Amino acid sequence: MSRLASTFAALRAQGRRALIPFLVAGDPTLDATATFLDCFASSGADVLEIGVPFSDPIADGPVNQRAAQRALAGGTSLRDVLDLAARVRPRLAQPIVLLSYYNPILRLGLEAFGRLAANAGVDGVVVPDLPPEEGGPLRAAAEPNGLDIIFLAAPTSTDERLARVAASSRGFTYCVSLTGVTGVRDDVATDVGGLVGRLRRHTDLPICVGFGVSTPEHARQVAGVADGVIVGSAIVSVIEQGGAAAVPALAEFVRALRAGVDAAVA
Amino acid sequence: MTARAGLIGAGRFGRFGGRYVPETLIPALDELEVEYARLSADPVFRAALDSTLHHYCGRPTPLYYAARLSDELGLKIYIKREDLLHTGAHKINNAIGQVFLARAMGKQRIIAETGAGQHGVATATAAAVAGLPCEVYMGAEDIIRQSLNVFRMRLLGAKVISVESGTRTLKDAINEALRDWVTNVATTFYVIGSVVGPHPYPTLVRDLQAVIGREARAQMIEQAGCLPDVAIACVGGGSNAIGLFHAFRDDPVRLIGVEAGGDGLGTGRHAATLVAGSPGVLHGAMSYLLQDEAGQVRETHSISAGLDYPGVGPEHAFLKESGRAEYAAEDDRTALDGFQLLARTEGILAALEPSHAIGHLQHVAPTLPRGASVLVGLSGRGDKDVHVIARALGEKA
Repeated sequence: MSRLASTFAALRAQGRRALIPFLVAGDPTLDATATFLDCFASSGADVLEIGVPFSDPIADGPVNQRAAQRALAGGTSLRDVLDLAARVRPRLAQPIVLLSYYNPILRLGLEAFGRLAANAGVDGVVVPDLPPEEGGPLRAAAEPNGLDIIFLAAPTSTDERLARVAASSRGFTYCVSLTGVTGVRDDVATDVGGLVGRLRRHTDLPICVGFGVSTPEHARQVAGVADGVIVGSAIVSVIEQGGAAAVPALAEFVRALRAGVDAAVA
Repeated sequence: MTARAGLIGAGRFGRFGGRYVPETLIPALDELEVEYARLSADPVFRAALDSTLHHYCGRPTPLYYAARLSDELGLKIYIKREDLLHTGAHKINNAIGQVFLARAMGKQRIIAETGAGQHGVATATAAAVAGLPCEVYMGAEDIIRQSLNVFRMRLLGAKVISVESGTRTLKDAINEALRDWVTNVATTFYVIGSVVGPHPYPTLVRDLQAVIGREARAQMIEQAGCLPDVAIACVGGGSNAIGLFHAFRDDPVRLIGVEAGGDGLGTGRHAATLVAGSPGVLHGAMSYLLQDEAGQVRETHSISAGLDYPGVGPEHAFLKESGRAEYAAEDDRTALDGFQLLARTEGILAALEPSHAIGHLQHVAPTLPRGASVLVGLSGRGDKDVHVIARALGEKA
């Protein structure tokens, strides 16, 4: 059983929901990123999601775009991020999921990526510009290495497409809560429960919801309908403000998100 | 026709093309594909579009035998005059077609990206004719460089949105337009300006621009009594080149695309995607692109803003790898030489983009048989570039 599968199985057995904090590797430095991941792990995260910076992140709003630019200004590459994963893997029990746009993976080579990511202890990969129709080659390179490829479902997805997303995904499915890009929002999309319910009809995999989940209260609302809560831009904002010294603020925020997630099922 | 239908079904040109976009957009691309197939076969829609292209845009455009340029280069040179179209470039063929599609599909809002501003002006124009609101994304750097076109767009009723992210140029304007589309996909039609982007855009834009080559082929037969030996056009995203090439794809006609060599390929400051790039995914399609070793998209440079783009249409990548077309790069200086040559011999101020093709023709003329017939795609007029040219020539003097 993969690390993602066993993590979600254990959570399900305990009647708990996953908290999945996200950051961009190399923002502001790779060493800081390692410290932040330790902080996530000790503040209640169940899965760690690491963003690979890309020059043209079309699914991201301004907060994550700026983080990617800071990371690229420091020269962070996909290889660096895999090295980072390998470095933190021995001391962290949580599954590690990479979020990368497709081109850096293609450039490294699909075979090499599958092998290197698995060797680094990466458990899953989310590629925001890779719909299931185009995902065959990456899956073929990843799955023999035990690497889970996670596809995204969106509010605009038809039922036929939700079935395809579910059938193609391993580890969990990523439910995009809103029609738009990543970013901090005032409210959780009102129809998120409906989308999760539609997707649930096609899969037994855990369903995790991201995009726009910004506060402990949002986390509570989303945890009420989904198996996992992904928080990105709101965390990246804390890093943007605090830089390498963001750890105390980050710990406080992640603990508050944890409390929000747990409040949903308490 | 079978091969073409197969192409549309798969959304691929060999291994290039496809749909590498967020899931949110896939249903909209499906809708666009279905509606485009339906409307392009609808005689009423077709008639309205053709009538507008004729009475409003000025189609068909002339094919002009350039006698003095021909004498100078020892060739028979025929120029397809897309520069004489309304708004001054081939961009209007695509903009009118897509905006009419948007209106027929019941979309309430038009968005577009623009680099030099030519596609932005064409889309603003088409939106005004169709009575739809239009917003154009433009890099902050380009807004400074092309202030006249910004003003033209505003006069036409469009809202120009400054893009401050990334390199603040065309590539980032496309990113921002895609983000807008992801957010407002239910109501909004994204008018892409070239044969780039996710399927079906490269096919859709190709079909809308193919009128260039269709007319030119018939005009060649009528005026010259034969097909050209060579067809040549500049390539940024590649819409005017594909538009010219498509009608000749099954003919014994040599097809040459000319990219922007900027300061020279050796300097790294250029936009020669097919000549110096490698396969990758940008803006929704697998094609060639200019990227670093880690797969990050590189900054580009060209004196011509319309060619200053690190990607290229996937069909060009296919034509390159299949060997059906060949691609070359010419630097800024050669483009300026081409511009001056055409002005001096023919009294035509070409845009800097097709001036690369004229410049390349000067280079390859000695290698062609004397009297060979060459069809040149003149994609746009040069009024927009005169201040850039003045500055460049002043520096040289």
